[in-house]
Amino acid sequence: MLEVKSVNASYGDFQALWDVSLVVNAGEIVVLIGPNGAGKTTLMRTIVGLHRPSAGNVVLDGHSTARLDGCELVERGVALVPEGRKLFGGMSVLENLEMGAYTARARQARAQTLAWVWQVFPVLAERRRQIASTLSGGMQQMLAIGRALMSLPRLLLLDEPSLGLAPLIVQNIFDVVNLVNRKGVAVLLVEQNARAALEIAQRAYVMERGRIAGQGTGAELLSDPNVRRAYLGYISTGKNLAEGT
Amino acid sequence: MTLIIQNLVFGLFVGSIYGIAAVGLALVFGVMKMLNIAHGELLMIGGYVSFWLFHLAGVDPFLSLLISAPLLFGLGVVLHQVLYRHIARFETEQKIKNSMLVSFGLVLILQNLAQQMWTADERSIQTAYSGVGADVLGVALPYTRMANLGLALLVVIGLHLFLSRTYLGKAIRATADEWESAILVGVNIRQTFLITFGLSASLAAIAGALVVVGYGLSPSIGLAWTLKALVVVVLAGTGSVFGVVPAGLLLGLGEAVSGIIAGPAYREVFGLLIFVAILVVRPQGLFGRA
Repeated sequence: MLEVKSVNASYGDFQALWDVSLVVNAGEIVVLIGPNGAGKTTLMRTIVGLHRPSAGNVVLDGHSTARLDGCELVERGVALVPEGRKLFGGMSVLENLEMGAYTARARQARAQTLAWVWQVFPVLAERRRQIASTLSGGMQQMLAIGRALMSLPRLLLLDEPSLGLAPLIVQNIFDVVNLVNRKGVAVLLVEQNARAALEIAQRAYVMERGRIAGQGTGAELLSDPNVRRAYLGYISTGKNLAEGT
Repeated sequence: MTLIIQNLVFGLFVGSIYGIAAVGLALVFGVMKMLNIAHGELLMIGGYVSFWLFHLAGVDPFLSLLISAPLLFGLGVVLHQVLYRHIARFETEQKIKNSMLVSFGLVLILQNLAQQMWTADERSIQTAYSGVGADVLGVALPYTRMANLGLALLVVIGLHLFLSRTYLGKAIRATADEWESAILVGVNIRQTFLITFGLSASLAAIAGALVVVGYGLSPSIGLAWTLKALVVVVLAGTGSVFGVVPAGLLLGLGEAVSGIIAGPAYREVFGLLIFVAILVVRPQGLFGRA
């Protein structure tokens, strides 16, 4: 459903993306891993129209999105949970979710979607009147995901949703990503927690210095020696540093 | 004693105009991150609309708001499309600087235009009920001034309901909070900017009508009102639209108190002292979030 075709993108003189191509099919979970500064966030922003490619094309359901305004992509079923959450800090939890259902399509189904989001994140329901900026980091991330879900996406993009969160909450968020995917929503996930991400991914891409440096199924990349060394904490003997053995 | 109370009451009345004048400035600043120095000029033009409607057609100045507010909304939309729209593309810091430069240029143009068209004479409106009012224990409460206060409260309540209850109002607040996320949920922020600017100009028109009824109107009053509005916005806390009317009342009261203590000549100094003091002691303002 999503095709990124040979996209270049720049900030002034600095070119952040070089000939990047990527595909997300309907119903898939695709993971994008890579070091900081590789251009993952720029790619996500380019897909949703917050950043314009200097060359190449983003194609959604066979149609180029080049002529669309950023705000029109939501209507077509693309939602981004941005890096750093970017909540409406002065608004309540409920108002943030209401804003998520801003488009005409989502507004019609607002009550049902809201009930579902309360069910997925019961803690948000308990704090529906609380101002978003006063929530804990984990709850803010839940709210950011809830806001994206309110728009009834067919393709959900998540940019580093586990950043800075406690392991238990990270697990919760990965469970929700799986749950949403089982409802038929395609997912493109940028993650620094490469192991957990690759385990739930059907396919994955590795980005380095603005280019796609590798791709494969989640299982393939999990066993790829280069990926294991660079992103999964293995040293060349094959032992896992994280497990301390 | 009566004299002191009378002074305080009049401070409150003038403060309500400060509040309305500042609400529009705060709205544009909060949502668009632009400082519109020409806000006072919009107030001045709104005042002239009310003045001429009264002078030529005998329309009551409070009723003339029904014409001047939509008219200024239109003028705001035109100014936004011709000038401010182009500034909206810059980074935040560039936006503030450029909006100040551009709107200061606009100040000069509008001021001179007004002088050419309407001369530099000071105008005001004397209605049949001007100077008439209630008398409570020797304290005069002119009807026009009480209407100022009532209108200020009405405006802030109306604005509050609009911003908190309607989807469009929420979209405006969302854009003020985090404009990229507003785009992500499907808000057309260019439209939001346009409406915000028009709304701000309408609010200036309301303030302008109150100025021409209670005080004097001439082509050069704009900058003085922009400055008052700016003091009120800083006092309320940048980004706090709802704190603006209480802050306006507070400034009016403060000016009255300083007038009583130090003499009327020092009234204007008080506002500037508050401005500096707030920036030093509590930069987020009285009602702003840190």
